[in-house]
Order: sequence, then C-alpha cells, then structure tokens
Amino acid sequence: MARCCSDFSRTELVRRAAVEAGRGLPAIEPGMPMPAGTGLDRRSFLARTAGLALAVYGGSSLLPRALEEGIAAAAAAGPQRVLVSVFLDGGADSLSMLFPSGDPLYRRLRPRLALPASAGRPFAEDERLRWHPSLGSLATLHGEGKVTVLPGVGYAGPDQSHFTSRHFWEVGATSEQLRTGWLGRYLDRAGSADNPLQGLSLESRLQPALATAKMPVASIDGPDRYDFWTRNVWGEVETRMLDAIGSLGAIPAGGDPALAQATGAARQAARLREQLRPFTPQDDKPGFTSPVAYPTSEDDEFPRRLAGLAAMLGAGLPVRVVALNAPGMYDTHDDQPQELANGLELTADSLLAFQRDLEARGLSERVLVHVWSEFGRRAKENGSNGTDHGAAGTGFLIGARASGTMIGEFPGLASLDRDGNLRATSDFRGLYSALLEDWLGADAEAIIPGARSFARPRVVK
Amino acid sequence: MSVAVYTGPFGHRQAERLLWRAGFGPRQGEVDALAKLGLDGAVRSLTRPGPEKLVGPKPGDDKGRPIAPGDAWGHDHLWWLDRMARTSRPLVERMTLVWHDWFATSVDGVGSQKLMLDQNRLLRRLALGSFATMVREVTRDPAMLLWLSGTENSKSSPNENYARELMELFTLGAGRGYTERDVREQARALTGFASDWRRGAGSVNFRFERDRHDSGMKRVFGASGRFDWEDSVQLCLRHPSHASFFVEKLWGYFVPSAPDPATRRLLERMYRSDFQIRPVVEAILRHPVLYTGPRMVKPPAVFNAGLLRARGRGIDTLAWAWLSGESGQRLFRPPNVSGWDDERWLDTATFRGRWQVANYASRPYSLTDKQAASLPSEPKALVAEAIAFWGSPTLRPETRAALVAFARRAMADADAKWKRTSYRFLTANALRQLVVMSPDYQTS
Repeated sequence: MARCCSDFSRTELVRRAAVEAGRGLPAIEPGMPMPAGTGLDRRSFLARTAGLALAVYGGSSLLPRALEEGIAAAAAAGPQRVLVSVFLDGGADSLSMLFPSGDPLYRRLRPRLALPASAGRPFAEDERLRWHPSLGSLATLHGEGKVTVLPGVGYAGPDQSHFTSRHFWEVGATSEQLRTGWLGRYLDRAGSADNPLQGLSLESRLQPALATAKMPVASIDGPDRYDFWTRNVWGEVETRMLDAIGSLGAIPAGGDPALAQATGAARQAARLREQLRPFTPQDDKPGFTSPVAYPTSEDDEFPRRLAGLAAMLGAGLPVRVVALNAPGMYDTHDDQPQELANGLELTADSLLAFQRDLEARGLSERVLVHVWSEFGRRAKENGSNGTDHGAAGTGFLIGARASGTMIGEFPGLASLDRDGNLRATSDFRGLYSALLEDWLGADAEAIIPGARSFARPRVVK
Repeated sequence: MSVAVYTGPFGHRQAERLLWRAGFGPRQGEVDALAKLGLDGAVRSLTRPGPEKLVGPKPGDDKGRPIAPGDAWGHDHLWWLDRMARTSRPLVERMTLVWHDWFATSVDGVGSQKLMLDQNRLLRRLALGSFATMVREVTRDPAMLLWLSGTENSKSSPNENYARELMELFTLGAGRGYTERDVREQARALTGFASDWRRGAGSVNFRFERDRHDSGMKRVFGASGRFDWEDSVQLCLRHPSHASFFVEKLWGYFVPSAPDPATRRLLERMYRSDFQIRPVVEAILRHPVLYTGPRMVKPPAVFNAGLLRARGRGIDTLAWAWLSGESGQRLFRPPNVSGWDDERWLDTATFRGRWQVANYASRPYSLTDKQAASLPSEPKALVAEAIAFWGSPTLRPETRAALVAFARRAMADADAKWKRTSYRFLTANALRQLVVMSPDYQTS
C-alpha cells in the first residue's frame, strides 16, 4: 500500500518538476551542489529524483529536451522488475557447488578433489547433495525460499569451447551467427531510445548478453565514478564542453559502422552522465551509502558494484536488465580447491548482502538475480588437481520472488555422456523464455529462436 | 592472377590511415614524409624497416626514475607503451600487438612479468617471419606453458587446455574440422613439458621430459602416429582449415570487412607455400579496401601511444597503466585466451577511460591564465589551435563545425571582463580534449 502511494508521488514530483521547469523555474546555477547519495530515507530519494530533473533543466538550456522527458517517462512507467545476470567466468564446477557427498562414484571420479562427506550444509531438496562450504550464504537464502537451483542446466550437443558455449548463453541460442545478446534483443523490443541505463553492464566493458541492435545500453564501473573531469576546464565552459560530447555523438556516421560505434559511445556517455549526476561525490561525501555491510576483500569490485546497483535502484533510476561478472576464476584446470572456494565465497556472500540491501530498501520484490556459467566441468578430475571442460552446469535464481523450487534434477554420475560429462536436465533457452515471459512480461518467441520448443520451468512464485 | 592493389592517389589521407592501421599514428611531419614515398615505398618502409631506433626521452616513472618492467606493478605496460610511442619500426610493434592478441596470454595467469616480457620478445622477433616457427615457439614458450597448463599436461594426467586452444583459437577456428576426440588425442601428443618451482624465483627450468611424454599411438584428424608436440603443431598447420583461418584472422586486424572470396583464395595460396607472414601483410596493406573501405576503431593502446607520438612525449607517469584498464586494453592482461573483443572497443565505460587518457596526455601542456592573453578569441582560430596541437589529424567538416559551435557558445558566455580572457584558455583546453574524443579521431 505504502509503496503504491510513494511511487505515485514520485511520478508526480518528477512530472511536476519537468512541467514547472518548462515554464521557467528559477534556474539552478551550474556548480550548485546536487543532493548527493542514497542510503537516505525513501523521501529523500524522491526529492532527489525530482532534483535531478530540475537540475538538468536549470543547468543548461542546451540539453536535449528528450532527457527530462525520458526520465519523467521512465519514472512514470512505475517501478519495473529488474533482472541481474551474474556470470561465473570459465565454467564453474557443478560437482563442487552442490556435491553428491555420499556417492561412491563421486569419490572414485574425484579421488583428490572430492569434498569431505560432512563438509558444507545439506541441500534440503535432494538428500544426495550438499552445498560447497563456501556457498553457505546461498544455503541460507535457499532456506528462506529465495533460491531456485538448476542442478544440471545446459543444452543438447554441448560445446566444450569456453567461447562458443559462452556465446550460446549470451545470445540465447546455439548459434554462432547471432550478434545481439538475449537481453539486448529484449531491450530492442521493450526498451526506449533515450535511456542507456535500461541495459546496464557493471563492468568496464559491455557484457555481450546486453548487446542490442538499436537501443542504447551503458557500462559503468560504478554509479559514483562517472565523471568527465578535465584539467583546467571548469564553470560554464565545462558545462558547454560536456554538452559538446553529446553534439559530437549527434554527427551522422554516414553508414560507417566504426563511426557509428564512436558516435554512439559519445552520445550515450553524455546521456548517462546526466542520469548519474546525483551519484557524484560532493565535498568528500560518498556518492551513495548502503544500509547493510557488504563483504570487504582485496578484490572488492563485485560487492561494490552490487551496492551501487542497489543504490541506483533505490533512487528510482530506470534500470531494467543488468549484467556483470562474478569474482573469481572458474576455469580450474589446475589447483582447483582454493581458487574455487575463494571465488564462490565472495560471490555468495556479496549476493547475500545485495539481497539484504534490497530487502532493507523495500526493493526485494522487484529484483531477480540469475547466476550462470558457460558449462560445468568434467566429472573425472584431471592429474593437475583440477578439472577439464564439461557440459551441464549449475545455475541459480535468487530473489524474494524466486520460486525456491529446483528446476530439473541432479543428473547423477551413473549416466554421464560419452565425453564423461554431466547431462543437462534443463535447457537454458527454456529458462530464458520463462524469465522473459514470467518475470519481464515479454514475448519470448520474438526473442529466443525456437522458444516454442522449450519447456518453461517455474521461475517465480 | 594476383591480389588487387590500390591504384588511387596516395596522399596525406592515405598515408595517415596507413600509419594508424599499421602502426600507432604519426609523429609530427610523418604523414607527409610517408606520402612522398608512394604506396609501394610506404608499405615497404613499414614491412622492411631498418634497425630499430627509439626516438625521444627514455621512459621513467612519476619521479623520473627508470622503469622496472620485470618487477614493478604496471611497469610492464609502461615498457611496451614506450616502445609503441618511440619506435622507428611501428609495424613490427603493431604486429607484436597482433600476436599478443592472437596468442593472448595474461600475466594474471602466468604470475611473472619477466616471463611475459620473454614471450613479448619472441612475438616481436618473429612478428613478420614464419607463422610455423611462431606456433612452434609459442607452444614451448614458458609463459604459454604456464598460462594453458602445458607443464601440467603429462602422460599420467593429460590436461586438454592447450590442445583445445591451439586448434580453436590459434590455428583452425571453433568447429572447423576437429572433434572432441582430436582435442584429447592432441593433448596426449602435447604431453611432456615440465618446469621446477623454486622459492623466490617462481617457475624455472622449463624443459621437455621424455618420461612425462605419452609416446603411444594417437589418432588426430584421421591420421595415426606416435605424435609429439612438434607433430601436433605440424598437424594443425597442415590441416585444410588452417590457411583460411590464418588469412581471415590476420586480415581482420587491418580491415574491418571480410576479404572477398578471390582475395582470400589468393592470400591463402600465397601463405600456404611457406607460412610467411610478411608477404600476406604486405598484400593486405596494399589492398584497395584498406584505403577506400570503412573505418576501424583504434584499439585503446594504439590511441594512447598515438597521443604520445603526436606530442613527442615520453613515458613519465604510471597513470598509463591504470588508465589502460579503464579504456579497455591493459597490455599483458587480455581478458582471456581469445584476446580482446575488437569489435566492441567503445562503450560508455571505455569512452570515459579514453577521456581520461586524453586528459592525461595533454596534461603537461595544459593552458592556464598565463597563456590566455596569447590565445586567439575567435572560435575558428581556437579550433585550429587545438587541431594543430595534436599534429593536425584529418577531421570531417561536420566535426569541425561541431567544435566551432562549441567554441562559439563557450566564448559567448564570457559576459565579464575576466571571463573574456579566461574563457580562451578554458575553451582551448576543452577543445584539445574534444578533438581527440571526436568520432573522427577515435577511428581511422
């Protein structure tokens, strides 16, 4: 109830701001401090979202009108569901994430790597399996009914190349030719032409799953780090210079793809900078704060990015689909145990903190996280204390609305395929189709090639 | 029939594009000097250069101390960027970058900057030589042996890592005529490499050990034999898919559109006779499409080195190392073994990274109040100053017009006496930034 009302008032505030500014509200001077940061109470977010529209209008009369309209329209559309895609890069070992502790075959195939029979917590949905000791945070969320496990997700005719298999997952089809990502094609249909934040890559590079054909998408390292500081350029000239980035991005590319990429980057950078202006740290105050503690580690990019994402969602920014890499290296050909444990632990602990953050902000009903890897690993260990490339892998859906019930079953070690790999018991294209239909409300058949032929698992409750 | 050769005029524009595609952009005056040589002379000056000279100030850190590329964090990046910026053999250096992307090895997995530099020297030495020798040497290169588990691959416990990438990424291409069984059999053929771990020194004493090698019969691509690692490489090079893989991949580093079938066939024939790299590169650099076809986005390392070359500035800050991550190409740290995705260099994050690179590149020359009086106030003259600052790169008229429009607006804001002076240097600094961030300069 309360949510509905505050959303209404936010929309109104933004609309009113744009309308009044259009009538000539007193201009906000360039350099006037913007309200900074989230981690404020909800009312502050609302005021700040409104402040964004005002400041944009007042800051410069040169900015494209579409900007305020885009923000107002995105806000007016109401809070939308968000899908976050987290990639375990390298092919994460499914036989470690949920391991068949009592199976003698497991100990025979993994004489060195098998985890102790009592390690980790039992997996309530299948008594044969236990959680990897480093995945305690996921076990906790699973206990709360917020994790859906896919213990054998993949596709028929598995490809054991990292790049090919990863590409299949990114484009949402077993096709080498597709050049747009499955989330990108969703945005091409459901997104808007003036909102790069709708497809957000939380990396210094664009995540291929987000590659679109038409709609703008963004990649940023963090919402508080998107400035264009330039030595000895300030004041009014700086404002004009930042506008000029947009002007360079508006020069026609004349059909040249490289020029189109360069102008597109300039255009979207200019747009994104406006969208993220409220997160610019001011006077030593951080751009945002979090209501919960995230894990700290030497490699803290992942928790920091998730914290920034929660803050952006909390501020009402129009983010729809997000993609980022999990920490860790999962291509564990050698010395698997430590490498894998480190990556899994930071990943799971960060995802737990993110979930708690969303809950504290009242956003948990709106966000679903999908964790995936390009394949699992060979059932039999290799001689280097590691494992080679395999087939079916383990995936997770995390969120308050996740169904909490396993999709497909643990394929077992007694019926490996001819390469000695786990067989898939669910298909990633069926999963994608269900996410598109039941979570994002999109037409899967227009996005996933051959969607009709894949069974839809139950992904949300 | 031979490969088509560009026959149009070879002037300033063509020479400028060639210097960016086959090198790291011009130093002041280099474009016109190259144009005078004509197409053939220009290409030969790049593919058959004299002994290397490094021109300009020696590299140092922020305090002017010599760099330590084998040890200090980020100094490996500085070391190579310095070669790119100062070399008199830009194509050799550019080809070294091509091979680094092709046999993409990361210090993240190797754990030794010294071994990475050894590999880099190998790639440079063979940059325009025999690809057969290149694959052979890379296969037993210590950094590669560590990177793709070569020393972990033994008779008693085969490891498929290198075997798979040798075929998929280095010589044949994914799904182009090999099976999962071939991967396993090739892994057996490649067994036998070993090294020792010495405390404080890391991996040392790389060698082939007969005892670790699986000398049994293998079946690869339908042929049987007691193959070893050299056979494994030969089998890939003689595979019917190899020549077309090599030609198309190499072509793609210089021209963004695929070669037409006739050109590809001719280049394959040229290559197949003796696996020589230089003639294929020469043919590509003389091909009409390089001069008349679409543009390419400059890779971030090329962009960065190009800014330094344009200014004749040496390496004097560690900033280039961390900025390289922001702009998307940290040398010696490709994202994975398939190298960088050079179809998607520019997005909102890497655009900002390049902005920072440009900002650092012009930093020592940044204009202040002191120079304001000597700067023009006329918008067009301010734009001309900024373009000349970077060695007069070619910009399209519409891009120039956008820059003039910015300068005009900025100077029109100067509604007080102090502003009329100060806004000249503020605008001039901003223009220098905008010139190299323009779509025209980001591409070649």
